[in-house]
Amino acid sequence: MNTVSVRSLLVRGMLAGLVAGCAALLVAYFLGEPSVDASIGYEEAHSHHDDHGVELVGRTLQSTAGLATGVLVYGVAFGGIAALAFCVALGRIGRFGPRATAALLSLGGLLTVYVVPFLKYPANPPATSDPDTIGQRTALFFLMIALSVLLGLAAIILGRRLAPRLGAWWATVAAVAAFVLAVGLAYAFLPSYDEVPKDFPASVLWRFRLSALAVQGVLWTGFGLLFGHLAERRLAPRAGSVDPARGVVETTP
Amino acid sequence: MAHSAASTTGSPALPEVAPISLKAIAPWAVFFGVLMLVLLYFVGAEQGATSLLSGESVHEWVHDGRHLLGFPCH
Repeated sequence: MNTVSVRSLLVRGMLAGLVAGCAALLVAYFLGEPSVDASIGYEEAHSHHDDHGVELVGRTLQSTAGLATGVLVYGVAFGGIAALAFCVALGRIGRFGPRATAALLSLGGLLTVYVVPFLKYPANPPATSDPDTIGQRTALFFLMIALSVLLGLAAIILGRRLAPRLGAWWATVAAVAAFVLAVGLAYAFLPSYDEVPKDFPASVLWRFRLSALAVQGVLWTGFGLLFGHLAERRLAPRAGSVDPARGVVETTP
Repeated sequence: MAHSAASTTGSPALPEVAPISLKAIAPWAVFFGVLMLVLLYFVGAEQGATSLLSGESVHEWVHDGRHLLGFPCH
């Protein structure tokens, strides 16, 4: 357990993020793009001003290469961050091996980085937000992510403190309840933005948001399974499944 | 065969996974953590709420990804 494992885990995390990003990209393209197109159709039908005179990037590029850039870079970046978090979590959150730690970490990441902020500030398709509030909405979205991750960490610490007194089960219940309560307070006190036009098709909005959730679900699930497998193989070579020929990088210092 | 059976049935005796020392993680976490956040910034917020580069090309290029990944976009 040294710098070499951190480096090799980081590389594996970014690769797992890239592969999971490819799966998420398929979901984004096939499930998500139809509702993005429908929203842009609505936008064009209702646009009174001609500020989209010259298109910098055409729709075909936006929905293929542009989408791929966004989703894959996002996958690699979160893969790297999750791998670093994994290095810290491994052996510190209970008696879990590498694979179980990766699975728990991915579940925690999906919930705190995406689902909890999403329930307050859901993904919005084009034409459903006011461009004038972009600054506040972006700041609040990132604030909500930071808050949710910090509250999640606080809940883990609380659970571990309570465990000797309440036992693992009730300590977990208490920690989750505290997390839900704190998140509920944040929801109640942070401002909301409801800028969806009155006649925007509700079914398009619903499908768009479901696809956005599916993209993240696939991304984090794929990452957890793949990275867990790679980390298990890297950290437990004595299990008899050593396969250096397929190693991503040879980690000799 | 005998070895593998012994090692799986003997799971209660398996040692806990040793944590990686925080000192070893720190330099990687700082450099790569920041690098990853910069990548996320360019995917999620550049030329939206704030702009480091002038123009709209980054925003337009990652437009669909930004929407579908849940970032606020225009």
